[in-house]
Amino acid sequence: METVAVENVIDVQHLTKSFGGRKVVDDLSMSVKKGRIHGFLGPNGSGKTTTIRMLCGLLTPDSGTGTCLGLDILTQSDRIRRRVGYMTQKFSLYQDLSIRENLEFVARVYGLADPRGKAGDAIERLGLKGRERQLAGELSGGWKQRLALGACILPEPALLLLDEPTAGVDPKARRDFWNEIHALAGEGLSVLVSTHYMDEAERCHEIAYIAYGKLLAQGTVDEVIAGTGLHTWTVSGAGAHALQAELAHAEGVDMMAPFGTSLHVAGRDEQALDTAIAPFRQRADLTWERGTPTLEDAFIDLMRRSEDNFQ
Amino acid sequence: MTIGNGSSFSVARFWAMTVKEFIQMTRDRVTLATMIMIPVMQLLLFGFAINTTPHNLPTAVLMRESSDVGRSILAALENTDFFEIRSVVTRSEDMDALLQSGEVLFVVEIPEGFERALRRGDTPSLLIAADATDPVASGSALGALSGVIQSALANDRQIEFTEPNPPLFEIVQHRRYNPAGLSTLNIVPGLLGTILTMTLLIFTALAVTREVERGTMENLLSMPITPLEIMFGKIAPYVIIGLIQALIIIGAGLFVFGVPVLGDPLSLVVVTLLFVVANLSIGYTFSTVASNQLQAVQMAMMFFLPNILLSGFMFPFAGMPHWAQWIGEALPLTHYIRVVRAIMLKGANMGDLTHDTLALCFLTLVAMLIAVRRFRRTLD
Repeated sequence: METVAVENVIDVQHLTKSFGGRKVVDDLSMSVKKGRIHGFLGPNGSGKTTTIRMLCGLLTPDSGTGTCLGLDILTQSDRIRRRVGYMTQKFSLYQDLSIRENLEFVARVYGLADPRGKAGDAIERLGLKGRERQLAGELSGGWKQRLALGACILPEPALLLLDEPTAGVDPKARRDFWNEIHALAGEGLSVLVSTHYMDEAERCHEIAYIAYGKLLAQGTVDEVIAGTGLHTWTVSGAGAHALQAELAHAEGVDMMAPFGTSLHVAGRDEQALDTAIAPFRQRADLTWERGTPTLEDAFIDLMRRSEDNFQ
Repeated sequence: MTIGNGSSFSVARFWAMTVKEFIQMTRDRVTLATMIMIPVMQLLLFGFAINTTPHNLPTAVLMRESSDVGRSILAALENTDFFEIRSVVTRSEDMDALLQSGEVLFVVEIPEGFERALRRGDTPSLLIAADATDPVASGSALGALSGVIQSALANDRQIEFTEPNPPLFEIVQHRRYNPAGLSTLNIVPGLLGTILTMTLLIFTALAVTREVERGTMENLLSMPITPLEIMFGKIAPYVIIGLIQALIIIGAGLFVFGVPVLGDPLSLVVVTLLFVVANLSIGYTFSTVASNQLQAVQMAMMFFLPNILLSGFMFPFAGMPHWAQWIGEALPLTHYIRVVRAIMLKGANMGDLTHDTLALCFLTLVAMLIAVRRFRRTLD
């Protein structure tokens, strides 16, 4: 159609947005490649939702420029709306309309030919045949989420923006959801999905990590982990839990996180880390093992470092 | 495909919105029942309370002379349904006190020398003092009084008549507290407008804020639908409801209260349609200004009050000061009441009332313009 072949479906530079004097998104630049699943990670209130809303024209950036599907996010948001499927964090279809009525509404608003037929196809695809007269508000969390996704992809968008789509959904439904996302990406759809879950982040082709409105890391999972430059030890044994308090203020220890009965101890400076842990290496109730940093280690470190910057 | 902001009006999207709103409206059974019940209930309550012929009105008689004529007037008054004689006094201070305290609504004063003057054929004055704070009640009772007294005197044969035609006496009325007074027939047409205003304003006042509060607005805004399509889509289903309400009220007026439609029924429908749309668009405007449903309802109520007071529904429009008349002119109810009273009672049609019809169009346009401009397409 009118679209020029674009490599990046999202390409934004220096986006800034403030609410009441507080910068929620601060000088954010990021890009998402076509046909890729791009994870968008960060703690609560870090500006993920605000960024997604700016991408689909629901919020106007204070400054910054960029394109979404090759269309200017500042001046062409009407055309962006037609080709982007946005799934809100909170279920935002009509609870007092039935599944079929909701889908038909979406089909009509997007001006699809044969809205009834399209809605019927979507119901079949969602596995909701026979329940189409049920009110959307009566569905369980998992089914609501499936319906919302179904409504999102009904107008055949080129880009999906999913804002914490799996929050409050059980593991089975989460897995099904991600299989569906991967299937869609396989068909050429690009996806930007925000999440808190590490396992979901690892299912993404690429991730972007944002905290306090600033983009802190971007790339593949391995790139992000490598980018933090962490050296990690895994400590297990009876004394592992007490160790966290003992090492709390030790020079060279940048990050600690308990994982079950063991403790991850990590630092960016390998020598300093070795010096810090040396006194504890020989304790009988501790077993020390060199580990590889996980994505979670990387995120906790990123989050802590950004906190330091803001204090 | 449209280039640029793509804000051209799409009938398909408008229709999508209308269908959605209509389904939501029918799904909320309580609200739907309320929509139909409010006009019926209001009309019956208002109609019967205000519109019935008054009877047993508390009355006092001030007897300045003790005469046969006086006594037979007293008896005649007691025999009618209209009046109930509460006391007979002889001093005018007592009369004032009774009226002031609200103990009686009427005082019939038989002046000194009334009988003698009557027998002489002098056409003496019979003074009626009425508490006209309730003008409907006092108005029709005053009208009845003259006939009652005249026939009382004739039946009792107290006075010999040579010619029945010239009046035997003159009734001097003092309508206290409210010199104008309203006609009973005005009530139903006035109620038609008032009930429509009250219910329709609130329907659309909730339209946008409800979407915001339920969290569906974010989804709606992320779709390619324009503010104009949303507005028309949200107004359309309630136009039907408004017309049904109007039909119920006019029907009840006709069959229960005997208020005729003397003028052109088509004109009545067209003007009612216009008035319904005007109120719905004003309510919708509130919806785009308010940040939640409660605020929207409060705004609708704020707007409703001057509509009731300054439109000529409760008080005669001509009796208001100029500034109040100017405010009244800016209210759709003022124009609608004028048009409807003229069509229903005076047999006028729309063509006779171009000014008020155009005023309704103008108010609708202004409200819609504000609403579309106020509607935020972003969540900023």
